[in-house]
Amino acid sequence: MSFEGLPKGSASKQRSFLESIYLVEVVKGLVVTARHLVDNILHTDRMPTMQYPEEKRVYSDRFRGRHRLMKREDGTPRCVACQMCSTYCPADCITIVAGEHPDASIEKFPESFEIDLLRCVYCGLCEEACPCDAIRLDTGIYEIAADQREKFVVGKEFLLNDTTRGTL
Amino acid sequence: MAIVLETLLKILFMFLLIMGMVPALIWAERKGAAYIQDRTGPNRAGIAGVRLAGLVHPIADVLKLLFKEDVTPANRHKALYNLAPWLVMTVAVSTYAVIPFGDHLTVAGRRIPLVVADLNVGLLYVLAVASLGTYGVVMGGWAANNKFTFLGGIRSTAQMISYEISMGLALMGLLLVFSSLRITDIVAGQGELLFGFLPKWGVVVQPLGFVLFITAVFAETNRNPFDLPEGESEIVAGYHLEYSSLKFALFFMAEYCHMVVGAAMISALYFGGYQIPWLPRPVLEAHAGLLLTIKLVALALVSAWFALLFLRRVQRERGKFGDARDREPVLGMVFWAGLAAAAAGALVLRPWAIGPVGADLVATLFQVLAFVGKVVFFAWLFIWVRWTLPRFRYDQLMNLGWKVMLPLGLANLVATAVVMYLV
Repeated sequence: MSFEGLPKGSASKQRSFLESIYLVEVVKGLVVTARHLVDNILHTDRMPTMQYPEEKRVYSDRFRGRHRLMKREDGTPRCVACQMCSTYCPADCITIVAGEHPDASIEKFPESFEIDLLRCVYCGLCEEACPCDAIRLDTGIYEIAADQREKFVVGKEFLLNDTTRGTL
Repeated sequence: MAIVLETLLKILFMFLLIMGMVPALIWAERKGAAYIQDRTGPNRAGIAGVRLAGLVHPIADVLKLLFKEDVTPANRHKALYNLAPWLVMTVAVSTYAVIPFGDHLTVAGRRIPLVVADLNVGLLYVLAVASLGTYGVVMGGWAANNKFTFLGGIRSTAQMISYEISMGLALMGLLLVFSSLRITDIVAGQGELLFGFLPKWGVVVQPLGFVLFITAVFAETNRNPFDLPEGESEIVAGYHLEYSSLKFALFFMAEYCHMVVGAAMISALYFGGYQIPWLPRPVLEAHAGLLLTIKLVALALVSAWFALLFLRRVQRERGKFGDARDREPVLGMVFWAGLAAAAAGALVLRPWAIGPVGADLVATLFQVLAFVGKVVFFAWLFIWVRWTLPRFRYDQLMNLGWKVMLPLGLANLVATAVVMYLV
């Protein structure tokens, strides 16, 4: 084969005669695939496929997963609505509306705290930015599903309490 | 009247053979591909929780395709767009008419040849009908009014023209050897022995012709490595891109019908069709009882072995899944044990002492089984090759067709002619 523009000595010129008539190589290829086929039929248990909903992969302890909001001892959120996480968030998925806290030493609390789980990239920068350890990505929950986009925008109550795996 | 009835029955047999093989092949394709690629493959669809290694998936596929919305492009050519899938399908199944699936069967003193239409121009019919299939592809590609489908159609035309020539040349070599265009004659001729020990199969007398023919058949069926008309990585899905629902299902089924046709042609023309090597029809009939007994015993033993394998799985995997899938090994065991019991039970009927009518029937049965076995093997070869080889580039395809296969085909023809003249 000569093809204008192909560099000289390209792969097609280095083929030996046996390779250039394809047949021997085709048979070799068939043997390779047949070996895989027979191996897998005889040893189905060695197949690397994981039957997902029944079997689940065990992730390392450092795997992050979905966010949660931490609570004070009285059950109210630790968050002081300082906006550090939403400012730092590269995906811009956190929306906080701040309100005045009755305790003057705390100053502020989040009236609403919303995370758009579809925009979130699960990088963990909010966790690092937080000055009072109010948000953590340590639930290990990676199964997040819903039938409407709106449902992926989760609020304060959900982040404080919910541990749903699967459909929100 | 009798001839109409027996022809209808033969058509029914062939039709059921094809239509039965299509879902089985789709299953084999998906599961075979998965196992070749170290995957598990389809195993989710099930009836009452029993999944049978994905065997239920073809049914689910068909149901899905039947009930899907038929989305059609707005600016299509209505008549051709609707005609194309039917044309492809009709052409795919009509080739079977001339392929013999057995020698003959004697019923009430009538000798019935086991071929739907014993045409004296059978080979020409095969070539003519096979090239008609391209029209469906081209029409579908053009009528959908889409660049990609159009490209698919064009590619299909160019490919057919290139490879049909080599196919014809390869068949001409065969024609010289068996000196008949009638496929039943060619198959009957392959029952003889060459030099007293080699079966005179097409592949033995025409090895080069066989290689050319099988390559051309792969190109004709649009299967890998010649599936350029589909070329999903280049032109989306090629000619059937704009088809959905039942019309797509027809294209899809036609591809598998073509595969079975190709496999049947390869086995009939080059692998002796229904002929069992070293066991010609008279020998088969003379020893029908003995052969049937051996066959039944072998079937019983193999089935019993499978049943034992399943029994071990039942014991080993008790409660493994905790749902209906635990019943699958049990079902397998019951099936194989039942088959073994049926085969062993049939021995009570003294199969070694069947009369001449029975001998005829058994000989025919063996030949039909031999044919079906060969067809199944070559249909599997189509799948096997698809998951082994990458697709040809367009210029490689043309090079192979015109610069390699055409000269080889001519050389094969000339060499065959010279040898036939000298012998």
